[in-house]
Amino acid sequence: MSRQDAISLAYLAAIVSFVLALRFLSSPTTARLGNWLGAGGMAVAIAATLAQRGLDHHVSILVVMLVSAPVGAFAARSVKMTAMPQMVALFNGVGGGAAALIGLAEFHDQAPEPGRIAFNVGLSTVLSALIGSISFAGSLVAFAKLQELVSGRPITYPGQKLGNGLLIAAAAGVGIAILAGPQEDGLLIGVIAGAALFGVLFVLPIGGADMPVVISLLNALTGLAAAATGFVLHNNVLIVSGALVGASGTLLTLLMGRAMNRSIGNVLFGAFGQVAAGPAAAAAAGTDGQAVRSAGPEDVAIMLAYAKRVVIVPGYGMAVAQAQHAVRELADQLEHGGVDVRYAIHPVAGRMPGHMNVLLAEANVPYPQLHELEEINPEFPRTDVALVIGANDVTNPAARTSPASPIYGMPILDVDRAATIVVLKRGMSPGFAGIDNELYLDPKTVMLFGDAKDSVTRLVAAVKAL
Amino acid sequence: MTSGRLIVELTVLVLAIFVGFEVISKVPTLLHTPLMSGTNAIHGIVLVGAIVVAGLPDQATWIRIVALAAVALGTMNVVGGFVVTDRMLEMFKKRAAAPPAREAPSSSRQER
Repeated sequence: MSRQDAISLAYLAAIVSFVLALRFLSSPTTARLGNWLGAGGMAVAIAATLAQRGLDHHVSILVVMLVSAPVGAFAARSVKMTAMPQMVALFNGVGGGAAALIGLAEFHDQAPEPGRIAFNVGLSTVLSALIGSISFAGSLVAFAKLQELVSGRPITYPGQKLGNGLLIAAAAGVGIAILAGPQEDGLLIGVIAGAALFGVLFVLPIGGADMPVVISLLNALTGLAAAATGFVLHNNVLIVSGALVGASGTLLTLLMGRAMNRSIGNVLFGAFGQVAAGPAAAAAAGTDGQAVRSAGPEDVAIMLAYAKRVVIVPGYGMAVAQAQHAVRELADQLEHGGVDVRYAIHPVAGRMPGHMNVLLAEANVPYPQLHELEEINPEFPRTDVALVIGANDVTNPAARTSPASPIYGMPILDVDRAATIVVLKRGMSPGFAGIDNELYLDPKTVMLFGDAKDSVTRLVAAVKAL
Repeated sequence: MTSGRLIVELTVLVLAIFVGFEVISKVPTLLHTPLMSGTNAIHGIVLVGAIVVAGLPDQATWIRIVALAAVALGTMNVVGGFVVTDRMLEMFKKRAAAPPAREAPSSSRQER
């Protein structure tokens, strides 16, 4: 067996380990093992690559790896669970950036003089540069939005869609020009720069609540960019891994779109929630005329402690306030007193797919208590208290009842069917979709105003005092 | 460059996409965040490509710098991705307490 064969077999082993890693993610009991398996496969693939014949400059490569590995590990170790969406966006962008740079370097290497690159290699080079660059820049903007370095609100201006369309068309046009003839580094750098600018402008108008879709999509793009570099370098492990990631990201994107009952196009180009950015709308929302019932923590504690069944509905507000540990404590107190406590998780609650599940897992909530929308909705009519913590649009009954509402048709958690609804909220402002929530005016609803963590902590104390 | 190689590579790509859809559709929503972060780590495989390009002999300096930058990004992607995923998965626990709420929901989640 030649060395090249051995390397190819090592790549095959890596491919198998990646597929198994994803397979093991189908259950929380095997998932962790799967992740290590994937990491092992990655180590094998990297070692095999370093052993490749004809590879030069091992020292500088190894030094760069040894310096950057601790950076990645440190970032991954030190990041707070509440900052996880940003972290995922950042690592995603880093991978896309690497793919774009590989495209550029390989292009230069293969095109000693114009007109020498085979069409298919040229195409995959241009694609890896283009897609990788969009993913890199888009992910960084998503990171900035999630980290609140940039406003989470959609940022719009006149001619935005047209401008973005022209920009990406121009970048693609230069890419085609490269394929057709003048194979110069400068042109590919132009493609990369244009694509990066497009990535920025494309994510800017997308609102915070739509981030789960955007992050999934960027994840898919990075996968595709990696697959494209596989075509450039004729490397199967890159092609397969990129395809797996591309499939995963695409599937999640579609699932998120379905969970909001909106087409992906609407999410990406609709600048959803920009109505609410209008100054008057937000200020006046919900407060005029009708009475909102508000209560103190002691009253709510009594409702909770004497309930048979309580369903907790967490939302982004819980994440922002980092209230998950307090919530768990409250649930423990209630369970101690014999109350049946469950959690209802909406698929798009939070800023990335599965966001609430991770936060509650961090607070040691056993995952069998976390219920998906389809499971928990039939339970609400038998629920005494639905405790909504920092969730808004995903509980808005207008999605069921009012065809005029922008979120009409979106599957929601039917909290309004519970006997009593308690809403923990900072104030009466509308959610990210910028729509009033008639739930708050429901006679069965009680509002407990304040920061989610403070409110829950006060509830814990009040329940203890009973 | 023969077109035969391209066809083989395309075949691999398409089959891998099918495998991806098949495997990933079995991941419960509970684990969607670790799925994202796990696939993030997997696309760190671009590091392999970065190493190949950075290791080509006789290159212009600026190209080597570009390629080594790709190695750095790829390494951070791989290491950070797997570590973050492990941190998340470590947290998902099935507590022994709370017996009634335990078995029923988890079995219904497996059904699909």
